Amino acid sequence: MAEIAISASGLAKKYRIGLRRDPYGRLTETLWNAITKPLRGSGTKDRGDDFWALRDVSFEVPRGSVVGIIGRNGAGKSTLLKILSRITEPTLGRAELHGRVGSLLEVGTGFHQELTGRENILLSGAILGMRRSEILRKFDEIVAFADIGQFLDTPVKRYSSGMKVRLGFAVAAFLEPEILFIDEVLAVGDAEFQKKCLGKMSEIGKGGRTVIFVSHSMPAIQRLCDRAILLDHGRTVVDGPTHEVVRRYLESGPGQTGSREWPDPASAPGDDVARLKSVRVLPAGGGPAEEIDIRLPIDIEVEYWTKAPGNLRPSVNLHFYNDEGVCLFINNDWNDRDWWNASRRPGLVRAVCHIPGNFLAEGRVVVTAVVSTYNPTMVHATEPEAVAFVVVDRSEGDGVRGVFTNEFPGVVRPMLGWQVAQVSDTVAPGD
Amino acid sequence: MSPSENPKTGSGSAWDGQVVVLEPRHGWRQLGLREVWAHRELLYFFIWRDLKVRYKQTAFGAAWAVLQPVLLMLVFSASLGRLPGVGPAGLPYPLFVFAGLVPWTLFASSLAGASNSLVSGEAIITKVYFPRLLLPFASVGSFLLDFVISLAALAVVMLYFGAVPSLAILWLPLLTLMALVTALGVGTFLSAVNVRYRDVKYVVPFLVQLWMFASPVVYTSTLIPAQWHVLYALNPMSGVLEGFRWALIGGPRPDDLIFVSAAASVIFLLGSLMYFRRVERTFADVI
Repeated sequence: MAEIAISASGLAKKYRIGLRRDPYGRLTETLWNAITKPLRGSGTKDRGDDFWALRDVSFEVPRGSVVGIIGRNGAGKSTLLKILSRITEPTLGRAELHGRVGSLLEVGTGFHQELTGRENILLSGAILGMRRSEILRKFDEIVAFADIGQFLDTPVKRYSSGMKVRLGFAVAAFLEPEILFIDEVLAVGDAEFQKKCLGKMSEIGKGGRTVIFVSHSMPAIQRLCDRAILLDHGRTVVDGPTHEVVRRYLESGPGQTGSREWPDPASAPGDDVARLKSVRVLPAGGGPAEEIDIRLPIDIEVEYWTKAPGNLRPSVNLHFYNDEGVCLFINNDWNDRDWWNASRRPGLVRAVCHIPGNFLAEGRVVVTAVVSTYNPTMVHATEPEAVAFVVVDRSEGDGVRGVFTNEFPGVVRPMLGWQVAQVSDTVAPGD
Repeated sequence: MSPSENPKTGSGSAWDGQVVVLEPRHGWRQLGLREVWAHRELLYFFIWRDLKVRYKQTAFGAAWAVLQPVLLMLVFSASLGRLPGVGPAGLPYPLFVFAGLVPWTLFASSLAGASNSLVSGEAIITKVYFPRLLLPFASVGSFLLDFVISLAALAVVMLYFGAVPSLAILWLPLLTLMALVTALGVGTFLSAVNVRYRDVKYVVPFLVQLWMFASPVVYTSTLIPAQWHVLYALNPMSGVLEGFRWALIGGPRPDDLIFVSAAASVIFLLGSLMYFRRVERTFADVI
């Protein structure tokens, strides 16, 4: 049994809703309450406007493991992190932290707009818990990582938001606590820098440090964490291996599932020409539909009912979007020329789109399914975000990224053909 | 350090080898001054930040530390100073009032700065842990530099009036500490109250003004009837101000004020630190 770094038992946090709505008390109100309290007697304490942001959360984290906390907005993730990083106290329960603690709940903690980049590195580093000597020792590395070069002595208020984020993360990246809490900090900054941070963070994880990581980004959670905890309405829903927990998370919301079916045609999306019956994500090998290895081919199967009156020719279109809402590509069943030219009969139609392995980039892919006819163009059935799945790149060396584990931008990641050969043994003249 | 935190070793960082227990705490807690001490480097950084920021965009910069008391000295000399008996006999009124304004400015600015320190530090209070006491402490600390600069101005004024201090000047650091303790006591308390009740923002300027007239800044304490002196000395600034004048300009040592004032300032500070620690755990939730 590994040494325990964090143990939490029965953690709970209660907020007074009144407090949240109107955080500033009124002195007069308090004085009035103090005067009238003896008259009202007891029992006024629990007024029923309490809100439990966190309820009975328990877990243990062995030293050196990286645990992801996921959940929808308001699930209690940030509250849990605030308790663990000692910003607020739990209302009930107890937790023990064994080791030097660092927390990174925002990028650029303690930055002051009037101070220069150089001054803010010192200040933010100190606030995050670094010693002065430590900051000075790492100073050049921090500047290099942030890539702010000539702006080092410019007040931060003149920085672009991207530069501020880079500088903020750079300071934090060089923290060396034994236990590190990280909140959604990767949700800011450009995609390129996010990947750079992810790379830096997996280094942190490999350095034997204990990390608790809150994020909405399933690819990040999957790449960094071996274990995840899913919270909902302040409670632990499931705590286990990351892929299982992520699957539970994705299944629990609308437009998050790898398989949709409309058993009752009357309520299914569509009209008399075309009405959806099902949309499914089918990875090769029949594994879980929501989390798919980047190397596997994937089938998207659409079944629809058609009454196909006259010479109308229903056609299935699929629109693929990534997590940022970027349309990766659109495809339709025009590519099956035999079907396209065949005569249509009423009944049930199944259309399958084959996506090759090593083609999509890692991350969440959301698929919108449409059945339409052309000439004139008419949409008959449409289901936005019908299915979704997550492509995972395990960086095992035979994928597109090879053995390269850092940032790997691009909305798709196709395995393209290459030919490389030595042309001559003559060295370039002049060298 | 609260009772549940148990430091084992002290090597490297403030947090090495430490088990931190997080659980609900109620009622009174220890003052946590040991934890403040362990974070003294961060305290230094906060002071440094306050100083940098304060003078960064001003045209006169640190000259304001001198200008404020000098301008007040001119105003008071031109007005109150003309009345007979406001200052002690045989002492030029400008010298008298300036020797009071220098420590008073230290106290008044520290008090105002400290009482606002938590509210203006909201962004970090809700994002990272550190002993919250550092904020009001740093605020007070940052005005020490201003004070040292204005002491130089005081030396010039003394030179001008030909006042030569005796060995009593050695008491000056202790008297300065007393002013700081008083400012910390009131400022720390008000900073904690300010988290929940922003009324403090309106109370402080008013309080400082009233307090100035309740202290021997522009008039001498000999105007107060002797039988009231013990009561008068409960205001720690009475002892500080008359002590300053005695240490720099001379005259009889204001024994009737200094010792009561010193005791009062320490009791103020202890009480307010205890209050601060009691409500500290709710700061991040209410601020």
